[in-house]
Amino acid sequence: MKIHEYQAKAILARHGVPVPRGEVTFTAADAVEIAKRLGTKVVVVKAQIHAGGRGKGGGVKLARSPQDAEKLARGMLGMKLVTHQTGPEGRVVARVLIEEGLQMQRELYVSILLDRAAGKPVIMASAAGGMDIEEVAAKTPEKIVRAYIEPGVGIVPFEARQLGFGIGLEAPHVNKFVKVVTALYETYLATDASLLEINPLVVTASGDLLALDAKMNFDDNALFRHPDIKELRDTAEEDPLEIEAAKFSLNYIHLDGNIGCMVNGAGLAMATMDIIKLAGGEPANFLDVGGGANAEQIRNAFKILMSDKNVKAVLINIFGGILRCDVLAQGVISAVTELGVPVPIVIRMEGTNVEEGKRLLKDSGMNFTTADSMDEAAEKAVLLAG
Amino acid sequence: MAVLIDKSTRLIVQGLTGKEGTFHAKQAAAYGTNVVGGVTPGKGGTTHESWPIFDTVQAAVKKTGANASVIFVPPAFAADAVMEAADAGVALVVCITEGIPTLDMMRAMTFLKAHPETRLVGPNCPGLISPGKAKAGIIPGNICQEGRIGIVSKSGTLTYEAIHQLTRLGLGQSTCIGIGGDPLIGTSHIDALKLFAADPETDAVIMIGEIGGTAEEDAAAWIKGHFKKPIVGFIAGQTAPPGRRMGHAGAIIAGGKGTAAEKMAALRAAGVKVVQSPADMGKAVTELIQV
Repeated sequence: MKIHEYQAKAILARHGVPVPRGEVTFTAADAVEIAKRLGTKVVVVKAQIHAGGRGKGGGVKLARSPQDAEKLARGMLGMKLVTHQTGPEGRVVARVLIEEGLQMQRELYVSILLDRAAGKPVIMASAAGGMDIEEVAAKTPEKIVRAYIEPGVGIVPFEARQLGFGIGLEAPHVNKFVKVVTALYETYLATDASLLEINPLVVTASGDLLALDAKMNFDDNALFRHPDIKELRDTAEEDPLEIEAAKFSLNYIHLDGNIGCMVNGAGLAMATMDIIKLAGGEPANFLDVGGGANAEQIRNAFKILMSDKNVKAVLINIFGGILRCDVLAQGVISAVTELGVPVPIVIRMEGTNVEEGKRLLKDSGMNFTTADSMDEAAEKAVLLAG
Repeated sequence: MAVLIDKSTRLIVQGLTGKEGTFHAKQAAAYGTNVVGGVTPGKGGTTHESWPIFDTVQAAVKKTGANASVIFVPPAFAADAVMEAADAGVALVVCITEGIPTLDMMRAMTFLKAHPETRLVGPNCPGLISPGKAKAGIIPGNICQEGRIGIVSKSGTLTYEAIHQLTRLGLGQSTCIGIGGDPLIGTSHIDALKLFAADPETDAVIMIGEIGGTAEEDAAAWIKGHFKKPIVGFIAGQTAPPGRRMGHAGAIIAGGKGTAAEKMAALRAAGVKVVQSPADMGKAVTELIQV
C-alpha cells in the first residue's frame, strides 16, 4: 500500500525523524492561513499524489507570500498532474502540502528496503540526493553506498557511520545522520514498511538534517496489525475496478488490452497474459481468482471483467486442482445466465473432473468456445476479440 | 529415488484441525503418504480424523518420529510455525500459507540459519510431490505419473500445467517442487537443482520462474558451471507491466530489474532450453531427451 508524502512525514516525525514544518489542505483558501502560520519568507506548495517526479511535472512550487501560496494551491488543486510515473493519463491533485522554505546546503539520498538475495534489509545512501536514484544507479553506481542490516541484531551505529562518512559527510553532520538513519530504520521495522525513501534528505544552512521528501510503501500482508496505517489509504489514487475486485478478494490488475482473462493462480495468470500476446492479442487484465475459487467467485470475476468496456472476449484458463472443473463449469454457466455476458467466452480447463466439466458446458446449450490447450485457447480468444 | 519426499517420509500437519489442513491431510494419506499426526496448540491429546493431535511440534516429533511437516496455519502465525518445526529438528518443513508478512519471514529465515539441518520449502507454495510415493502440500496427485523428470517452480498452477503436459506426453515425474512466489523463500531454484543434479533417477528438469528478484539469474549462473542434465525453462510475466505486483508478493518488476527478458536471456546463455510459450514446456523436454 502507498501513502502520501505528508502522511509519511507524520509517521516519520512520530519516530523522531526531523521533517519540515507544514500542513496539508484540500482547499486553496486555507493556504493563506497555513502560510501565515508557517511564517517563513518562502513556503513550498507540493501536490500530493502517489507518484514521483512531481517537481518536473509542475507539482512543486515556491511561494513568496501567503497570497502567492493561495494562488499556487488554486492552480494545483484539481489539476491533472502528469509525471514519468503516472503514465500519460496523469493523476488529479486533490490535496496540497504547504511547507516552510529552507536554506539548503546539500541534498542527500537514503532509502531502506528488503534485499531479496541477501534476505536482509539494505540501507542505501548517496550524496547525489534530489535526483532520480535509478539514474544514479545506472550511470554512477559508485555514488551509492549500502549497509546490510542483520535482522536479529538491528542497526548498529557503526553501520550508519560508515554510510555517513561513505557519502562524504563531515563529522558533525555524521552524528546527526546516524540519528536520522537509526530512526528511519526503527520506522521501517515498526510500520512493516516495504520501502522507505527519503529523497532528498537535506542538510540545511544551519547544519540540520531534515527529510524534505518522504515516500513510504507498506507490506500489504502486514496491514492487519497496522489499522492506523490502513486508514491512510487513498482510494482516489487507485483504479476503481481494482478496488471493486479487492472487495471480492480477487487479485486483479487493469491493463489496456481487449481480452479479459480469468485464471486460477498468479503464475498461470501471468503465463496466460504472455500466451495471449504471443498469439497476437493484448490482455485486458491480470486476474487470479485463487486456488479455492467457487461459483460465487466466478460470478464476481465476470462482474469485474464486464465492467471493463474494452473487453471484447473473455478467456478462462483454469487448472482444476482443488477447484474442480465441474464446479467451475457450473459457476460459469450460472454467472453467464444471470449476468448475460455479451462477449464471446473461450474456456480452457484441465485437471480434476474435466470430462464432467466439459459435458456440462456442452449440455448448457450456451455458445462457449472450448479449447484443449493454452495456445489453442489464446488463438481462439484473439480471433474472437477481433 | 526422488528427492526430499518418498516412502520413508513421516509427515505431520501443523494446522491439521483446520479446514485446509484436514482436507489436504486426507488427500496426502489417500495418495499413500505416511501422515503420522497433527499439531494444533491447545488441542493436544485429542484425535482428529483418527490422527493424534499434539500441542507442540516437539511433542509430535517425540511421539511419532516425524521427519517432515506441512504447514497450513493462518499467515499471522505461519512464521512462528516454521520456527517451531525447525526447533524441533524436523528435516523438511513445507509452508503452504500465503500472505506472511515479510518481516516475520525475515526473522524466520534468520532463525533457520541457526538450524541448518532443516530445509524449508515455501512459503506461499503448493508444496511437493514424488509421484507414486508421497506428497506434502496441495499438488493434485491424480495428474501426476511416476517417472524421471524433475520440476521446480515458483508458481502453483503453472506447476500443475507442466506436470499435466509431461503426463500427457507419457513422461512421468521424479519430484515436483513448488518453491513459492514470495520475496523470501527457504528453497531456491539453485537448491532444488542441486538436489536434482544428485538424483540418479532424475534425467531432466523443467524450471519455472517468474518476474521479480534475481533468483533465476543466480540459477543460470550456477547451471552454467554445474548442471549437466537437460533443462527446460519458462519465465512467467513476459508481458507484465513494471511496478505492479502480479499476485505473488515477489512478482514485481522494480526499478527496471527482474524482467522476464533478462531472466530468459541469462538462462539461454547458460544452455537452458527456454520456451516462450507455457504450452511448450512438455514438448521441449521430449525434444531435449530424444537428442
